[in-house]
Amino acid sequence: MTTIEAILIIARLTLREAFRRRLLWVLVGLTALVVGLTWWAFSRIAEVTPITGAVQILGVSQVTVMLAFMFSFVLAMTAVFAGAPAIGPDIENGLLLAMLARPIRRAEVMLGRWLGLAVVLVVYALAAGYLELAAVVLATGYAPVEPLTAPLYLAGESLILLTLAIVLSTRITSVAGGAMAVVGYGLAWMAGVMGGVGEAFNNDILRAAGTLARLILPSDVLWRGCAGALSPSERVLGSAGVNAGIYRFSPFSGTAPSLLWLAWCLVWVAGAMSIGIFLLRRREL
Amino acid sequence: MSGGAGSAAGGPVPAAIETRELRKEFGRIVALAGLTMTVPRGEVFGFLGPNGAGKTTAVKLLLGLSRPTAGHGRVLGAGIGDVATRRRIGYLPELFRYQGWMTAREVLALHCELARLPRADWAAEIRAVLELVGLAARAEGRTETFSKGMQQRLGLAVALLGRPDLVVLDEPTSALDPVGRQDVRAIIGALRDRGTTVFLNSHLLTEVERVCDRVAIVDRGRVVAELRMAELTRESGVGIRVTGPDGVAREVAARYGPTRVDGEWLFVDGIAEAEVPALVGALVASGGAIHAVVPTRQTLEERFMSLLGAPPEDPNEYETASVGRETEQ
Repeated sequence: MTTIEAILIIARLTLREAFRRRLLWVLVGLTALVVGLTWWAFSRIAEVTPITGAVQILGVSQVTVMLAFMFSFVLAMTAVFAGAPAIGPDIENGLLLAMLARPIRRAEVMLGRWLGLAVVLVVYALAAGYLELAAVVLATGYAPVEPLTAPLYLAGESLILLTLAIVLSTRITSVAGGAMAVVGYGLAWMAGVMGGVGEAFNNDILRAAGTLARLILPSDVLWRGCAGALSPSERVLGSAGVNAGIYRFSPFSGTAPSLLWLAWCLVWVAGAMSIGIFLLRRREL
Repeated sequence: MSGGAGSAAGGPVPAAIETRELRKEFGRIVALAGLTMTVPRGEVFGFLGPNGAGKTTAVKLLLGLSRPTAGHGRVLGAGIGDVATRRRIGYLPELFRYQGWMTAREVLALHCELARLPRADWAAEIRAVLELVGLAARAEGRTETFSKGMQQRLGLAVALLGRPDLVVLDEPTSALDPVGRQDVRAIIGALRDRGTTVFLNSHLLTEVERVCDRVAIVDRGRVVAELRMAELTRESGVGIRVTGPDGVAREVAARYGPTRVDGEWLFVDGIAEAEVPALVGALVASGGAIHAVVPTRQTLEERFMSLLGAPPEDPNEYETASVGRETEQ
């Protein structure tokens, strides 16, 4: 059996499990609810005050970024809850024992689990993200600078947290691994905020701490990309009397990550998965 | 996939399992001290030992589920852990679970896929093994609703998919009722008939005694004895309830083999069945009165206990061949 075939078998199995265990239906239901509520809430805002002036646009953009942050948090939690029990419990209850006696390698099981859950997360992130943005645009007429890329960043952020949770699940119990991933997510976001402060005020130590945190767990790199994509244009900011340079470093704003940072995200996922595979291969069943 | 008893073209068929000084350590704990054994093709091989002897560790090493600290081994002619060879091995783990959200048929289909069986054969394969283990009526039941015994039957069905050359069964009857155990014995017998090698890891000595051609007894991570069940039978004897002149009967019987006396019973070990009439005749000729003659044999349990240094409760306690005894440890 080729590696690709084996990985796809496990990925399909993971998708079927998500479907059977109603994870997909729960996500679809919640998406419909959130999109509906988003449209209703933004419509009320547009009723109260027409979104025409720079200040109103800035206000709507901030609420939109807050909405995206909430969605980012939900996605991160979904990734952690899906990834944390992906490997460990299957070892503990003997499920993997029966499967690994077949011609399939541990690395293929790990990659297949990751791929299956990644498909669930990416589809959810993109579908829900675009629907929510569509609801905002329809209700208010607000056009962020890069509305099409924002959900892509969120999907990428969820993949990083999924990777972290799955890697931890090779050696750590689901609860402990999940807690570590959630704390990691929070710390990375906070470090990003502090790094932004360092940038804004030209503080080398804070800037370096932010960079180090992003290297260790680059989820905030992608969140900042999403926030930047949903921000108003510099012209709007200027009209509203906001300094674009300072605004960019607020907790709910950002800039598109450089290609180098995006490459690092890919390298980080590949590296983390390699470590996870190494740990799983050395684990006694 | 074919049965394993046939000879390969151009050379002798390698043993089903061959290990040399296979060793496994977990930190400072030595789980397997140096396992050396050979399991010939087409036999039902019992792997016995007390709890903690290293039986399950040995099985995991043979299947490539664990890496040996030292030593080496071959399974079906390939190095242990060879991924391609696993297509020809069926395995029922001791402690296992299948995806609870799947039906029995779906679990079997998944393992058909993992074992890379041709898709066109899946339906027939699945139907056959479900019939064999008595689960056909529950094929569409979700496995999380199955009793432990049904789970074990399903595990056995998974292990039998694709007519593997080697079937490794780790405590296959531990959760089964007497009917289920009888079914498993019949299945193992059918596997032997078609040339499949069965490696049976069990602590149920009577089960092993009934189905195995050969057994290895392992203790503290080493094989302490390897014997054919036929040898155990050959070591049988006869028990004769005889009365008559004191000491004469034993003196006569000693010419036929080692003797022991327990009340009116005189036991002669190792005597061939054909010699029993002559012995009885000699006893009668010496003035003895014969009240009963019964064949005796040493049970596997007695051999097991004597090898592991713990003698049976009564060294003279032998069991008549016609009476079975269920022993669970």
